[in-house]
Amino acid sequence: MSLIQQIIGGDRRALAQALTLIENDDHNSQNILANLYRHTGHSHIIGITGIPGVGKSTLINSLAKLMRKRDDTLGLLAIDPSSQFSQGAILGDRIRMRDLLGDKGVFIRSMATRGVLGGLSSTASAAVDILDAAGFDRVIVETVGVGQSEVDIASNAQTSIVVLCPGLGDSIQAAKSGLLEIADIIVINKSDYPKVNLTKSYLHEMIDIGRAAQTRGSETQTTISDTHSVSNGNLDTDNSLWEVPIITTVATTGEGVGDLFEQLLAHYNHIKSTGEMTRRRNRRLRAIFESQLRKQLYTKLSQMLSEDYCLRQLEVIMEGETDPYTAATNCIKHFETNYIGDEE
Amino acid sequence: MSDNPIRILIAKPGLDGHDRGAKIIARALRDAGMEVIYTGLRQSPMMIVEAAMQEDVNAIGVSILSGAHQVLVTRIINLLNEKGLGHIPLLVGGIIPENDVDELSQLGVAGVFGPGTSTSEIVALVQDVVS
Ligand code: B12
Ligand SMILES: Nc1nc2c(ncn2[C@@H]2O[C@H](COP(=O)(O)OP(=O)(O)O)[C@@H](O)[C@H]2O)c(=O)[nH]1
Ligand SMILES: [Mg+2]
Repeated sequence: MSLIQQIIGGDRRALAQALTLIENDDHNSQNILANLYRHTGHSHIIGITGIPGVGKSTLINSLAKLMRKRDDTLGLLAIDPSSQFSQGAILGDRIRMRDLLGDKGVFIRSMATRGVLGGLSSTASAAVDILDAAGFDRVIVETVGVGQSEVDIASNAQTSIVVLCPGLGDSIQAAKSGLLEIADIIVINKSDYPKVNLTKSYLHEMIDIGRAAQTRGSETQTTISDTHSVSNGNLDTDNSLWEVPIITTVATTGEGVGDLFEQLLAHYNHIKSTGEMTRRRNRRLRAIFESQLRKQLYTKLSQMLSEDYCLRQLEVIMEGETDPYTAATNCIKHFETNYIGDEE
Repeated sequence: MSDNPIRILIAKPGLDGHDRGAKIIARALRDAGMEVIYTGLRQSPMMIVEAAMQEDVNAIGVSILSGAHQVLVTRIINLLNEKGLGHIPLLVGGIIPENDVDELSQLGVAGVFGPGTSTSEIVALVQDVVS
């Protein structure tokens, strides 16, 4: 049986191996993804983002238990940063997901960011596609929302949860970096700590400021309702606004996690009934398509850079006979005639 | 493709709460450029084998200071074989009496490391067993 058939047939080991091939950018990965593509589209894809230590993994553990009670199967992708010094990583999310370990309906994969050129979000969405094709009802992606590619991953989810905690500082900082705009649900975890209400009011204030800033010419609009929720202007397509709820939780005890699950289901229903689902799907497809193009072009360009023509251009620059700008333009012309011309 | 990082699972099986050694090993392996999946304390052999499968690791390291190494290691190895994962090298560290080392090796353990083993020695061995 082929790897593809094994994966869609529920073979977890084949799934794990395919994820490795994708992660390693194996020459087969394109082919695997192309063949799995028509088996995707079944999973509810959920992004959970927030700074390290805010309680994402613990929250997933609690949330997943509720999902399992309904017999939903789960694929989890836990992404953590690689060390900048050694390219190694300690992937410790499983420590907090102990209630899920050994459950056959749950598949957990830890992934390091690896610092590949613009590659993280493309690797992550490929991994999500594979988990989707493997038939999980819900696919959850955990990321530390610091870099742009992590924000990209979160914004490619169908439901994006941004997790903050009281004590502010860093946590709110993360919110400032553009994370709040992509939130469909905001969670203030660790609400057993003091200053929860302060955090909540800061959050409102910030969203308020964000709205004021946005009304200067942007087509998106955010409004604050009198309840503890705000609207996400992105969802305005059908004039049926989604009120972004702010939910307080204690992930370690499960307090508030029931509310979170309810909102998660409500949001999923909302996007399915408003056409937002299609919009998000299209946005995601576009992102995948573009990143594939970029990646494949980059590979070709890298090959070209080590070719005689480019190496000669470099010599000519160094000998002072031309400038790097002209030389680069020459190389691209060379690329166009020799590569792109070829394939037409 | 050999420049892909080594993925290794580090786990503490059974009820043993001594986790300093495991944490130090996890750190050292990370600093050597490996991706270490650390699962924390109180893992059953089943959980360890399941995690190794899902994470598709190149090696498994378990740290045992409780004295229960024979039982735990036997179970882990049996489960690995049952799941067709017998090829994944298994390393054992912690408090393992001299007399038990041979027996663990015969079970198929790729290396046994007691207190005081230098981390560079461990890094070198992991690199060796996965290649
Ligand atoms: C510190 C310590 C504790 C601390 C643990 C703190 C913690 N979070 O880890 C505390 C005080 C909590 C503790 C409690 C107990 N302890 Co205690 N403890 C020790 C002690 C003194 C040092 C262990 C240690 O941290 N060493 C430092 C680390 C870095 O060394 P290491 O773990 O051996 O790791 C090295 C190697 O073994 C190897 N390695 C280890 N794991 C791995 C894994 C892999 C994959 C690889 C490649 C290598 C590797 O590499 C490391 C670096 O060289 C030892 C005695 C000793 N000298 O070993 C007793 C010892 C382990 N404890 C012992 C006992 C009995 C207990 C208790 C049961 C005592 C009691 N009656 O309450 C409890 C049980 C706790 C529990 N829940 O399991 C006994 C175990 C006896 C046995 N196995 O037959 C020991 C040996 C003491 C003794 N001589 O009796 N303990
Ligand atoms: N007091 C308290 N601690 C929590 C809560 N949620 C998580 N934690 C703890 O915060 C630490 C980090 O949690 P973790 O889930 O690993 O955070 P992550 O890095 O965002 O995945 C752990 O020690 C958790 O036990 C909470 O609601 N209240
Ligand atoms: Mg985590």
